[in-house]
Amino acid sequence: MIHIFQAYGGTLLYGLGQTLLCSVIALIFSLIIGTFFALLEESPNKFARGVARVYIEVFRNIPLLVITMFFYVVIPLYVLKMNGFTAGTIGLTLYTSAFIAETVRAGIQSVDPGQMEGARSNGLTFWQSMRYIVLPQAFRYVIPPLGNQFVNLVKNSSTLAFVGGFDLMYQGNSIASSSLETMAAYSAVGVLYLIITMPISYYMRYLEKRLA
Amino acid sequence: MLNNFIAAYSPDNLRYLFGGLGITILVSVASIIGSFIIGAILGVIRYVKIKYFSAIVGFVIDVIRNLPLILILFFIYFGLPNLGVKPEVIPAAILAMTIFESAMLAEIVRSGIQAVDPGQMEGARANGLTYWQGLWHIVLPQAMVKMIPAIVSQFISLVKDTSLATIILLPEMLYRSQIIYGQNTNYIIPMFVAIALLYFIVCYALSVLARYLEKRQA
Repeated sequence: MIHIFQAYGGTLLYGLGQTLLCSVIALIFSLIIGTFFALLEESPNKFARGVARVYIEVFRNIPLLVITMFFYVVIPLYVLKMNGFTAGTIGLTLYTSAFIAETVRAGIQSVDPGQMEGARSNGLTFWQSMRYIVLPQAFRYVIPPLGNQFVNLVKNSSTLAFVGGFDLMYQGNSIASSSLETMAAYSAVGVLYLIITMPISYYMRYLEKRLA
Repeated sequence: MLNNFIAAYSPDNLRYLFGGLGITILVSVASIIGSFIIGAILGVIRYVKIKYFSAIVGFVIDVIRNLPLILILFFIYFGLPNLGVKPEVIPAAILAMTIFESAMLAEIVRSGIQAVDPGQMEGARANGLTYWQGLWHIVLPQAMVKMIPAIVSQFISLVKDTSLATIILLPEMLYRSQIIYGQNTNYIIPMFVAIALLYFIVCYALSVLARYLEKRQA
Protein backbone atom coordinates (compact mmCIF):
# COMPACT_ATOMS: atom_id res chain seq x y z
CA MET A 1 0.00 0.00 0.00
CA ILE A 2 2.88 2.37 0.79
CA HIS A 3 4.30 2.01 -2.70
CA ILE A 4 0.91 2.95 -4.15
CA PHE A 5 1.15 6.23 -2.26
CA GLN A 6 4.71 6.69 -3.48
CA ALA A 7 3.91 5.96 -7.11
CA TYR A 8 0.49 7.60 -7.38
CA GLY A 9 0.49 10.11 -4.50
CA GLY A 10 -0.20 13.08 -6.78
CA THR A 11 -3.14 11.41 -8.51
CA LEU A 12 -4.66 10.32 -5.21
CA LEU A 13 -4.29 13.77 -3.69
CA TYR A 14 -5.91 15.34 -6.73
CA GLY A 15 -8.79 12.90 -6.37
CA LEU A 16 -9.07 13.69 -2.68
CA GLY A 17 -9.21 17.39 -3.55
CA GLN A 18 -12.02 16.82 -6.05
CA THR A 19 -13.92 14.71 -3.52
CA LEU A 20 -13.62 17.43 -0.87
CA LEU A 21 -14.47 20.21 -3.31
CA CYS A 22 -17.59 18.39 -4.50
CA SER A 23 -18.63 17.57 -0.93
CA VAL A 24 -18.22 21.14 0.33
CA ILE A 25 -20.08 22.67 -2.63
CA ALA A 26 -22.87 20.13 -2.25
CA LEU A 27 -23.02 20.74 1.52
CA ILE A 28 -23.39 24.50 1.14
CA PHE A 29 -26.10 24.30 -1.51
CA SER A 30 -27.99 21.42 0.04
CA LEU A 31 -27.98 23.28 3.35
CA ILE A 32 -29.59 26.31 1.67
CA ILE A 33 -32.10 24.25 -0.34
CA GLY A 34 -32.79 21.87 2.55
CA THR A 35 -33.47 24.69 5.03
CA PHE A 36 -35.71 26.38 2.47
CA PHE A 37 -37.86 23.27 2.06
CA ALA A 38 -37.90 22.60 5.81
CA LEU A 39 -39.31 26.12 6.31
CA LEU A 40 -41.85 25.56 3.55
CA GLU A 41 -42.98 22.40 5.29
CA GLU A 42 -43.44 24.25 8.56
CA SER A 43 -45.17 27.22 6.95
CA PRO A 44 -48.88 27.88 7.52
CA ASN A 45 -49.57 27.75 3.75
CA LYS A 46 -51.07 24.43 2.70
CA PHE A 47 -49.85 24.64 -0.91
CA ALA A 48 -46.28 25.39 0.18
CA ARG A 49 -46.34 22.39 2.51
CA GLY A 50 -47.50 20.18 -0.35
CA VAL A 51 -44.72 21.38 -2.65
CA ALA A 52 -42.11 20.76 0.05
CA ARG A 53 -43.50 17.29 0.80
CA VAL A 54 -43.36 16.26 -2.86
CA TYR A 55 -39.81 17.56 -3.29
CA ILE A 56 -38.55 15.77 -0.19
CA GLU A 57 -40.26 12.46 -0.94
CA VAL A 58 -39.10 12.43 -4.56
CA PHE A 59 -35.43 13.00 -3.80
CA ARG A 60 -35.38 10.77 -0.72
CA ASN A 61 -36.86 7.77 -2.49
CA ILE A 62 -34.92 7.74 -5.76
CA PRO A 63 -31.36 6.41 -5.67
CA LEU A 64 -28.60 9.02 -5.82
CA LEU A 65 -27.06 7.27 -8.80
CA VAL A 66 -30.27 7.56 -10.82
CA ILE A 67 -30.44 11.30 -10.08
CA THR A 68 -26.78 11.75 -10.99
CA MET A 69 -27.13 9.74 -14.20
CA PHE A 70 -30.14 11.85 -15.10
CA PHE A 71 -27.98 14.98 -14.96
CA TYR A 72 -25.14 13.26 -16.76
CA VAL A 73 -27.14 11.62 -19.55
CA VAL A 74 -30.45 13.42 -20.06
CA ILE A 75 -29.73 17.08 -19.31
CA PRO A 76 -26.71 17.39 -21.67
CA LEU A 77 -28.74 15.76 -24.43
CA TYR A 78 -31.70 18.15 -24.27
CA VAL A 79 -30.80 21.18 -22.17
CA LEU A 80 -27.16 22.07 -21.64
CA LYS A 81 -23.76 20.44 -21.66
CA MET A 82 -22.08 19.73 -18.38
CA ASN A 83 -19.11 17.63 -17.29
CA GLY A 84 -19.20 14.69 -14.90
CA PHE A 85 -18.10 16.71 -11.91
CA THR A 86 -20.92 19.23 -12.33
CA ALA A 87 -23.54 16.55 -12.97
CA GLY A 88 -22.35 14.57 -9.94
CA THR A 89 -22.32 17.62 -7.68
CA ILE A 90 -25.81 18.68 -8.74
CA GLY A 91 -27.15 15.16 -8.17
CA LEU A 92 -25.49 15.00 -4.78
CA THR A 93 -26.85 18.43 -3.81
CA LEU A 94 -30.45 17.59 -4.69
CA TYR A 95 -30.30 14.18 -3.01
CA THR A 96 -28.72 15.49 0.19
CA SER A 97 -30.98 18.54 0.39
CA ALA A 98 -33.98 16.24 0.92
CA PHE A 99 -32.28 14.60 3.91
CA ILE A 100 -31.15 17.95 5.29
CA ALA A 101 -34.71 19.27 4.97
CA GLU A 102 -35.89 16.39 7.17
CA THR A 103 -33.09 17.01 9.66
CA VAL A 104 -33.78 20.74 9.91
CA ARG A 105 -37.50 20.12 10.22
CA ALA A 106 -36.90 17.72 13.12
CA GLY A 107 -34.72 20.43 14.67
CA ILE A 108 -37.50 23.04 14.31
CA GLN A 109 -40.01 20.64 15.84
CA SER A 110 -37.75 19.97 18.81
CA VAL A 111 -37.96 23.68 19.77
CA ASP A 112 -40.71 24.25 22.34
CA PRO A 113 -43.82 25.56 20.49
CA GLY A 114 -44.15 28.12 23.28
CA GLN A 115 -41.20 29.95 21.71
CA MET A 116 -43.15 30.53 18.51
CA GLU A 117 -46.31 31.48 20.39
CA GLY A 118 -44.38 33.90 22.58
CA ALA A 119 -42.74 35.51 19.57
CA ARG A 120 -46.06 35.79 17.74
CA SER A 121 -47.84 37.32 20.71
CA ASN A 122 -45.05 39.88 20.98
CA GLY A 123 -45.97 41.10 17.53
CA LEU A 124 -43.46 39.31 15.30
CA THR A 125 -44.75 37.82 12.05
CA PHE A 126 -44.50 34.07 11.43
CA TRP A 127 -41.34 34.45 9.31
CA GLN A 128 -39.74 36.89 11.76
CA SER A 129 -40.30 34.53 14.66
CA MET A 130 -38.91 31.67 12.60
CA ARG A 131 -35.84 33.65 11.61
CA TYR A 132 -34.98 35.26 14.94
CA ILE A 133 -36.43 32.94 17.58
CA VAL A 134 -36.97 29.37 16.40
CA LEU A 135 -34.20 28.71 13.84
CA PRO A 136 -31.30 29.84 16.06
CA GLN A 137 -32.47 27.41 18.75
CA ALA A 138 -33.13 24.64 16.23
CA PHE A 139 -29.63 24.76 14.79
CA ARG A 140 -28.14 23.68 18.10
CA TYR A 141 -29.92 20.33 17.83
CA VAL A 142 -29.26 20.05 14.17
CA ILE A 143 -25.47 20.27 14.23
CA PRO A 144 -24.65 16.60 15.05
CA PRO A 145 -27.02 15.16 12.41
CA LEU A 146 -25.72 17.71 9.90
CA GLY A 147 -22.18 16.55 10.60
CA ASN A 148 -23.29 12.99 9.91
CA GLN A 149 -24.87 14.21 6.68
CA PHE A 150 -21.50 15.63 5.70
CA VAL A 151 -19.90 12.24 6.30
CA ASN A 152 -22.58 10.72 4.08
CA LEU A 153 -21.86 13.38 1.48
CA VAL A 154 -18.18 12.52 1.37
CA LYS A 155 -19.02 8.83 1.04
CA ASN A 156 -21.74 9.44 -1.54
CA SER A 157 -19.48 11.67 -3.60
CA SER A 158 -17.94 8.39 -4.76
CA THR A 159 -20.81 8.23 -7.26
CA LEU A 160 -18.75 10.77 -9.21
CA ALA A 161 -16.66 7.78 -10.23
CA PHE A 162 -19.58 6.63 -12.40
CA VAL A 163 -19.68 9.84 -14.40
CA GLY A 164 -15.97 10.56 -14.78
CA GLY A 165 -15.80 13.15 -12.00
CA PHE A 166 -12.08 12.48 -11.29
CA ASP A 167 -12.80 12.08 -7.57
CA LEU A 168 -10.91 9.85 -5.17
CA MET A 169 -12.88 6.72 -6.07
CA TYR A 170 -12.36 7.34 -9.78
CA GLN A 171 -8.61 7.79 -9.36
CA GLY A 172 -8.37 4.73 -7.13
CA ASN A 173 -10.15 2.71 -9.76
CA SER A 174 -7.86 3.84 -12.54
CA ILE A 175 -4.81 3.17 -10.35
CA ALA A 176 -6.18 -0.30 -9.59
CA SER A 177 -6.57 -1.11 -13.27
CA SER A 178 -3.23 0.32 -14.35
CA SER A 179 -1.13 -1.14 -11.50
CA LEU A 180 -3.13 -4.39 -11.32
CA GLU A 181 -2.68 -4.28 -7.55
CA THR A 182 -6.36 -3.90 -6.79
CA MET A 183 -6.21 -4.63 -3.07
CA ALA A 184 -3.38 -2.17 -2.44
CA ALA A 185 -4.98 0.56 -4.54
CA TYR A 186 -8.39 0.24 -2.91
CA SER A 187 -6.80 0.13 0.54
CA ALA A 188 -5.00 3.38 -0.18
CA VAL A 189 -8.27 4.96 -1.28
CA GLY A 190 -10.00 3.60 1.83
CA VAL A 191 -7.38 5.14 4.11
CA LEU A 192 -7.84 8.53 2.47
CA TYR A 193 -11.63 8.36 2.87
CA LEU A 194 -11.26 7.36 6.52
CA ILE A 195 -8.91 10.28 7.20
CA ILE A 196 -11.80 12.62 6.35
CA THR A 197 -14.82 10.71 7.61
CA MET A 198 -13.64 9.09 10.86
CA PRO A 199 -12.65 12.27 12.76
CA ILE A 200 -15.93 13.98 11.79
CA SER A 201 -18.11 11.07 12.85
CA TYR A 202 -16.25 10.65 16.16
CA TYR A 203 -16.55 14.36 16.86
CA MET A 204 -20.27 14.29 16.06
CA ARG A 205 -20.77 11.36 18.43
CA TYR A 206 -19.01 13.37 21.12
CA LEU A 207 -21.25 16.39 20.43
CA GLU A 208 -24.35 14.18 20.53
CA LYS A 209 -23.35 12.84 23.93
CA ARG A 210 -22.70 16.33 25.25
CA LEU A 211 -26.05 17.63 24.00
CA ALA A 212 -28.03 14.70 25.41
CA MET B 1 -42.38 11.93 -27.61
CA LEU B 2 -45.41 9.80 -26.76
CA ASN B 3 -44.39 7.37 -29.50
CA ASN B 4 -41.00 7.04 -27.85
CA PHE B 5 -42.67 6.04 -24.60
CA ILE B 6 -44.87 3.46 -26.32
CA ALA B 7 -41.95 2.03 -28.26
CA ALA B 8 -39.66 2.02 -25.21
CA TYR B 9 -42.20 0.18 -23.07
CA SER B 10 -42.46 -2.75 -25.44
CA PRO B 11 -43.28 -6.06 -23.75
CA ASP B 12 -39.72 -7.32 -24.26
CA ASN B 13 -38.15 -4.21 -22.74
CA LEU B 14 -40.55 -4.23 -19.82
CA ARG B 15 -39.91 -7.91 -19.14
CA TYR B 16 -36.18 -7.21 -19.21
CA LEU B 17 -36.57 -4.22 -16.87
CA PHE B 18 -38.79 -6.09 -14.41
CA GLY B 19 -36.25 -8.90 -14.41
CA GLY B 20 -33.83 -6.22 -13.17
CA LEU B 21 -36.32 -5.24 -10.48
CA GLY B 22 -36.35 -8.92 -9.47
CA ILE B 23 -32.58 -8.88 -9.06
CA THR B 24 -32.76 -5.61 -7.12
CA ILE B 25 -35.29 -7.22 -4.77
CA LEU B 26 -33.34 -10.49 -4.53
CA VAL B 27 -30.12 -8.70 -3.57
CA SER B 28 -32.01 -6.38 -1.18
CA VAL B 29 -33.87 -9.14 0.62
CA ALA B 30 -30.79 -11.36 0.96
CA SER B 31 -28.75 -8.43 2.31
CA ILE B 32 -31.56 -7.35 4.63
CA ILE B 33 -31.78 -10.80 6.21
CA GLY B 34 -28.00 -11.20 6.47
CA SER B 35 -27.31 -7.73 7.78
CA PHE B 36 -30.17 -7.83 10.28
CA ILE B 37 -28.79 -10.96 11.95
CA ILE B 38 -25.13 -9.95 11.82
CA GLY B 39 -25.88 -6.34 12.71
CA ALA B 40 -27.89 -7.35 15.78
CA ILE B 41 -25.11 -9.64 17.01
CA LEU B 42 -22.42 -7.01 16.42
CA GLY B 43 -24.52 -4.31 18.07
CA VAL B 44 -24.97 -6.44 21.19
CA ILE B 45 -21.25 -7.29 21.25
CA ARG B 46 -20.44 -3.62 21.08
CA TYR B 47 -22.90 -2.80 23.83
CA VAL B 48 -21.93 -5.48 26.38
CA LYS B 49 -18.27 -4.38 26.48
CA ILE B 50 -16.35 -7.65 26.50
CA LYS B 51 -12.77 -6.67 27.26
CA TYR B 52 -10.72 -5.81 24.12
CA PHE B 53 -13.09 -7.82 21.89
CA SER B 54 -15.88 -5.23 21.93
CA ALA B 55 -13.43 -2.40 21.32
CA ILE B 56 -11.97 -4.18 18.28
CA VAL B 57 -15.43 -4.99 16.91
CA GLY B 58 -16.46 -1.39 17.50
CA PHE B 59 -13.45 -0.07 15.63
CA VAL B 60 -14.07 -2.37 12.66
CA ILE B 61 -17.73 -1.27 12.58
CA ASP B 62 -16.67 2.38 12.55
CA VAL B 63 -14.19 1.79 9.74
CA ILE B 64 -16.78 0.07 7.55
CA ARG B 65 -19.44 2.67 8.33
CA ASN B 66 -17.13 5.45 7.25
CA LEU B 67 -16.18 3.95 3.88
CA PRO B 68 -18.23 4.42 0.71
CA LEU B 69 -20.23 1.34 -0.25
CA ILE B 70 -18.80 1.54 -3.76
CA LEU B 71 -15.33 0.99 -2.32
CA ILE B 72 -16.52 -2.12 -0.46
CA LEU B 73 -18.09 -3.42 -3.68
CA PHE B 74 -14.75 -2.91 -5.41
CA PHE B 75 -12.89 -4.62 -2.59
CA ILE B 76 -15.09 -7.69 -2.86
CA TYR B 77 -15.43 -7.92 -6.61
CA PHE B 78 -12.10 -6.66 -7.92
CA GLY B 79 -9.93 -6.95 -4.81
CA LEU B 80 -10.62 -10.54 -3.76
CA PRO B 81 -9.48 -12.04 -7.11
CA ASN B 82 -6.11 -10.50 -6.26
CA LEU B 83 -6.05 -12.85 -3.26
CA GLY B 84 -7.15 -15.83 -5.33
CA VAL B 85 -10.92 -15.82 -4.75
CA LYS B 86 -13.17 -14.95 -7.69
CA PRO B 87 -16.79 -14.34 -6.59
CA GLU B 88 -19.75 -14.25 -8.98
CA VAL B 89 -21.51 -10.92 -9.44
CA ILE B 90 -24.70 -11.57 -7.45
CA PRO B 91 -23.00 -13.19 -4.42
CA ALA B 92 -20.36 -10.44 -4.51
CA ALA B 93 -23.05 -7.74 -4.43
CA ILE B 94 -24.92 -9.47 -1.60
CA LEU B 95 -21.71 -9.96 0.38
CA ALA B 96 -20.61 -6.34 -0.01
CA MET B 97 -24.05 -4.96 0.88
CA THR B 98 -24.33 -7.31 3.86
CA ILE B 99 -20.95 -6.22 5.23
CA PHE B 100 -21.75 -2.53 4.83
CA GLU B 101 -25.33 -2.67 6.12
CA SER B 102 -24.38 -4.91 9.08
CA ALA B 103 -22.08 -2.17 10.30
CA MET B 104 -24.82 0.44 9.88
CA LEU B 105 -27.35 -1.73 11.71
CA ALA B 106 -24.90 -2.57 14.50
CA GLU B 107 -24.72 1.13 15.30
CA ILE B 108 -28.55 1.44 15.29
CA VAL B 109 -28.87 -1.61 17.56
CA ARG B 110 -26.25 -0.33 19.97
CA SER B 111 -27.85 3.09 20.34
CA GLY B 112 -31.28 1.43 20.61
CA ILE B 113 -30.10 -0.68 23.54
CA GLN B 114 -28.47 2.31 25.15
CA ALA B 115 -31.73 4.23 24.92
CA VAL B 116 -33.42 1.71 27.23
CA ASP B 117 -33.57 2.98 30.82
CA PRO B 118 -30.71 1.32 32.79
CA GLY B 119 -33.22 0.78 35.60
CA GLN B 120 -34.72 -2.01 33.50
CA MET B 121 -31.51 -4.02 33.64
CA GLU B 122 -31.03 -3.24 37.34
CA GLY B 123 -34.59 -4.36 38.03
CA ALA B 124 -34.06 -7.58 36.08
CA ARG B 125 -30.83 -8.29 37.92
CA ALA B 126 -32.41 -7.51 41.28
CA ASN B 127 -35.14 -10.04 40.45
CA GLY B 128 -32.53 -12.76 40.05
CA LEU B 129 -32.04 -12.84 36.27
CA THR B 130 -28.49 -13.20 35.00
CA TYR B 131 -27.00 -10.42 32.88
CA TRP B 132 -27.70 -12.28 29.62
CA GLN B 133 -31.23 -13.22 30.68
CA GLY B 134 -31.91 -9.58 31.53
CA LEU B 135 -30.53 -8.51 28.19
CA TRP B 136 -32.49 -11.09 26.19
CA HIS B 137 -35.85 -11.00 27.98
CA ILE B 138 -36.07 -7.45 29.33
CA VAL B 139 -33.77 -5.00 27.53
CA LEU B 140 -33.66 -6.27 23.93
CA PRO B 141 -37.45 -6.44 23.37
CA GLN B 142 -37.82 -2.84 24.52
CA ALA B 143 -34.84 -1.71 22.46
CA MET B 144 -36.24 -3.46 19.38
CA VAL B 145 -39.44 -1.40 19.54
CA LYS B 146 -37.40 1.80 19.73
CA MET B 147 -35.14 1.00 16.80
CA ILE B 148 -37.63 -0.39 14.27
CA PRO B 149 -38.20 2.96 12.45
CA ALA B 150 -34.45 3.55 12.13
CA ILE B 151 -33.96 0.00 10.88
CA VAL B 152 -36.66 0.34 8.23
CA SER B 153 -35.18 3.60 6.95
CA GLN B 154 -31.79 1.91 6.79
CA PHE B 155 -33.40 -0.78 4.64
CA ILE B 156 -34.76 1.94 2.35
CA SER B 157 -31.22 3.17 1.74
CA LEU B 158 -30.17 -0.44 1.21
CA VAL B 159 -32.69 -0.83 -1.61
CA LYS B 160 -31.52 2.43 -3.17
CA ASP B 161 -27.89 1.45 -2.74
CA THR B 162 -28.31 -1.74 -4.78
CA SER B 163 -28.18 0.59 -7.79
CA LEU B 164 -24.50 1.21 -6.98
CA ALA B 165 -23.79 -2.41 -7.87
CA THR B 166 -24.19 -1.49 -11.55
CA ILE B 167 -20.52 -0.61 -11.23
CA ILE B 168 -19.66 -4.29 -10.85
CA LEU B 169 -22.14 -5.01 -13.67
CA LEU B 170 -24.87 -6.48 -11.49
CA PRO B 171 -27.76 -6.80 -13.99
CA GLU B 172 -30.29 -4.91 -11.84
CA MET B 173 -32.74 -2.19 -12.92
CA LEU B 174 -30.41 0.75 -13.54
CA TYR B 175 -27.94 -1.43 -15.43
CA ARG B 176 -30.67 -2.91 -17.62
CA SER B 177 -32.18 0.50 -18.36
CA GLN B 178 -28.77 1.58 -19.62
CA ILE B 179 -28.63 -1.44 -21.90
CA ILE B 180 -32.06 -0.57 -23.31
CA TYR B 181 -31.39 3.11 -23.96
CA GLY B 182 -27.95 2.22 -25.25
CA GLN B 183 -29.67 0.69 -28.27
CA ASN B 184 -31.88 3.67 -29.00
CA THR B 185 -31.28 7.14 -27.57
CA ASN B 186 -34.99 7.96 -27.94
CA TYR B 187 -35.58 5.59 -25.04
CA ILE B 188 -33.46 7.57 -22.58
CA ILE B 189 -36.25 9.61 -21.02
CA PRO B 190 -38.82 6.78 -20.91
CA MET B 191 -36.23 4.56 -19.22
CA PHE B 192 -35.32 7.17 -16.60
CA VAL B 193 -39.00 7.74 -15.90
CA ALA B 194 -39.59 4.01 -15.54
CA ILE B 195 -36.74 3.24 -13.14
CA ALA B 196 -37.26 6.40 -11.10
CA LEU B 197 -40.90 5.39 -10.70
CA LEU B 198 -40.11 1.78 -9.80
CA TYR B 199 -37.52 2.77 -7.20
CA PHE B 200 -39.87 5.41 -5.86
CA ILE B 201 -42.74 2.96 -5.45
CA VAL B 202 -40.64 0.39 -3.59
CA CYS B 203 -38.91 2.93 -1.33
CA TYR B 204 -41.98 5.04 -0.69
CA ALA B 205 -43.94 1.97 0.37
CA LEU B 206 -41.16 1.18 2.85
CA SER B 207 -41.08 4.74 4.16
CA VAL B 208 -44.85 4.73 4.69
CA LEU B 209 -44.32 1.53 6.68
CA ALA B 210 -41.56 3.22 8.71
CA ARG B 211 -43.79 6.19 9.49
CA TYR B 212 -46.66 3.90 10.50
CA LEU B 213 -44.41 1.96 12.86
CA GLU B 214 -43.07 5.22 14.31
CA LYS B 215 -46.60 6.47 15.01
CA ARG B 216 -47.71 3.20 16.56
CA GLN B 217 -44.73 3.27 18.86
CA ALA B 218 -45.31 6.85 20.05
